[in-house]
Amino acid sequence: MSDMEERDEHVFRLTRRKALKGLALGIGAMALPAKDASASVWESFFQKNFRELNRSERQVILARLEKEYSARYKKPVRVKDTPPIEGALYGYGLDLSRCVGCRRCVYGCVTENNQSRDPQIHWIKVLRLEKERGVDLEHSEQYYNPATVPEEGYFYMPVQCQQCENPPCTKVCPVQATWKEIDGIVVVDYNWCIGCRYCMAACPYGARHFNWKAPGLPAGDMNPETHYLGNRPRPVGVVEKCTFCMQRTRERDGKYPACVEVCPVGARKFGNLLDPASEIRNVIENKRVFILKEDLNTQPKFYYFYSV
Amino acid sequence: MQKVWAFVRGCFLLLRKGSKLYYTWVSALLVLIVIGVVAYANQMYYGLIVTAMRDQVTWGFYISNFTFTVGVAAAAILLVIPAYVYQWKPIKEIAILGELVAVSAIVVCLLFVTVDLGRPDRFWHLIPKIGILNFPQSLLAWDVVVLNTYLVLNFGIAGYMLYSYYYQREPNMKYVFPLLMFSIPAAISIHTVTAFLYNGLAARPFWNASILAPRFLASAFCSGPAGMILMFQIVRKWTNIEIQDKAIFKIAELIAYAMFINLFLLGSELFKEYYSDTIHLAPVKYLYQGLDGHSDLVSFIWTATIFNLTAFFLFLIPQTRENHVTLNIGCVLMFIGVYIEKGMGLVIPGFVPDVLGDFYEYSPTSTEILVSMGIWATGLLVFTLLMRIAVPIMNHDFHVGEDGVKPHIGDQLFLVRKRVVVEEEDIYSP
Repeated sequence: MSDMEERDEHVFRLTRRKALKGLALGIGAMALPAKDASASVWESFFQKNFRELNRSERQVILARLEKEYSARYKKPVRVKDTPPIEGALYGYGLDLSRCVGCRRCVYGCVTENNQSRDPQIHWIKVLRLEKERGVDLEHSEQYYNPATVPEEGYFYMPVQCQQCENPPCTKVCPVQATWKEIDGIVVVDYNWCIGCRYCMAACPYGARHFNWKAPGLPAGDMNPETHYLGNRPRPVGVVEKCTFCMQRTRERDGKYPACVEVCPVGARKFGNLLDPASEIRNVIENKRVFILKEDLNTQPKFYYFYSV
Repeated sequence: MQKVWAFVRGCFLLLRKGSKLYYTWVSALLVLIVIGVVAYANQMYYGLIVTAMRDQVTWGFYISNFTFTVGVAAAAILLVIPAYVYQWKPIKEIAILGELVAVSAIVVCLLFVTVDLGRPDRFWHLIPKIGILNFPQSLLAWDVVVLNTYLVLNFGIAGYMLYSYYYQREPNMKYVFPLLMFSIPAAISIHTVTAFLYNGLAARPFWNASILAPRFLASAFCSGPAGMILMFQIVRKWTNIEIQDKAIFKIAELIAYAMFINLFLLGSELFKEYYSDTIHLAPVKYLYQGLDGHSDLVSFIWTATIFNLTAFFLFLIPQTRENHVTLNIGCVLMFIGVYIEKGMGLVIPGFVPDVLGDFYEYSPTSTEILVSMGIWATGLLVFTLLMRIAVPIMNHDFHVGEDGVKPHIGDQLFLVRKRVVVEEEDIYSP
């Protein structure tokens, strides 16, 4: 090879290297959200399914997310991965004779669980039903908007995730991004979900919601006390759902879910189904309860009842 | 291995050669693809909010197109069975075209599923070992498996056969025949699994009917072959390939039987829903009559029903079946009819009314339409390029040259108005 040729090839290589570098930078710049976040972008891209992570891997991820969220929402954000409490199986009771349809639960839930404000995502839907027809979903109305509630001739039925014992949504997921935890809560790994929405087609209660665009969550409204599988901020293109406020209920000094706490008429009951002294067991044993769409054998742990 | 490489290189040489029409056609498809890519980039940037899908109707135009196209792909076996099980010569000559249709259709299917994903960047989660494929629990996982198997199978069979013809020898049927036989249940499986994907959801009474899978298959054996008949005639008119009328009429006859079964099953379904008159009637009513003032799909489904019925009679009566004008009318009617019935007509009523009785009427946005057009164009492009290779090979216009290395390309033009005799000319790679 003559000098000339060698140099030519050298020049060519250099330019090709430059070109490749430029291309990589270009693609990088397109893919990266901002600043020098490149490392965390790749880390989250290659992140494994949450259930396959060991303790230390989880710690790394939680720390990364805390850093990311804290920067984005300009306040210290905590991301927990508190496991289920041993001996707990959560159940929920909803007293239809008390519910007045005020939707405070809907917005209490949004505030607690960092749902998107624009577009609005509601994990709880309150159906207005005609007293004459009873629980007839076909004739229900979700968009009722009177000056005051309750309205004459109607009653109200809030619907949210029923935390089925036999959930149709988890079994259809093609990548096991959603599953039922030991305490009965059905969760989604927002970093593993591919956004196919098959689970939404499978859910008979309309309990799953999709982030059709990047969730609009103003920094001031962001609740910084979060759980990885629960109310941490969600990315675009994934499914989310009610987790019985696991960031509250799974803690040792546990609190009630936000919707239970906010209900002005005490229509909402929550507790451990395995604890004979719990409020929910009391409801089941002493009231006439029913579950929604019993014929589908989903075995909800969400019990509707009439106290009067 | 060297021979395979020489074959592939020859194919690429061949793809570059063609008439003005060939170039125009390919360019037109490329333009549509570029438009589709731009629309998809827009969707990636803003999220699926730019589609008309929402929490009530979570699948729309993309999945409708996907469902329909699975049927088109499955229909290839309507050629494979008469060709290789019954060894019927007129169809055997063109069976390979059916496999190429299947390959192109599966490409379209996979693209439609991909553009529907909220997180296409995480598609690798579906790959076993690297990600987690929830097999055998999720029917979507099954679909991933059978669609890819079917793609590989058809691509392998057609590729091997063309490769053999290129080197001017008969394909070794010892290998091909079992694969061909396996492609029959594989074709049935892609369609059955896709039907089960809907069928298994108790939450959606419109889909939760056992008749769904048989109906899927029956309608697939209408739309796919109808499309193929049209395509065969176009191909026969514009390229050098010979396709006998006998083959076409036989396919048309098979379509008539398939359509009869399809209509019968539809009737059974409608009877059950209307006579029992339970709350599960709502989606059917929404589709056929409109419900509570919501009636977006009514005109479409009746168009489809009338088209399908008309086509059925056109295919049933031998005189109209064997008349090219009425035959082609029948094919067009049936293709459109099944496209509506199996596409939007199947997917959307599953979501309307939604599980809590909410009505959200879906109709696709321009983004969805442009992306879908781009995907269809991609399918046509794949098919055109495959045909560009297959047609000359089948006509002995493209094979290995006398030196056993360089390709002989006899067909320089490919797309020309009926049988212009081209001067044979050996083209060697420079």
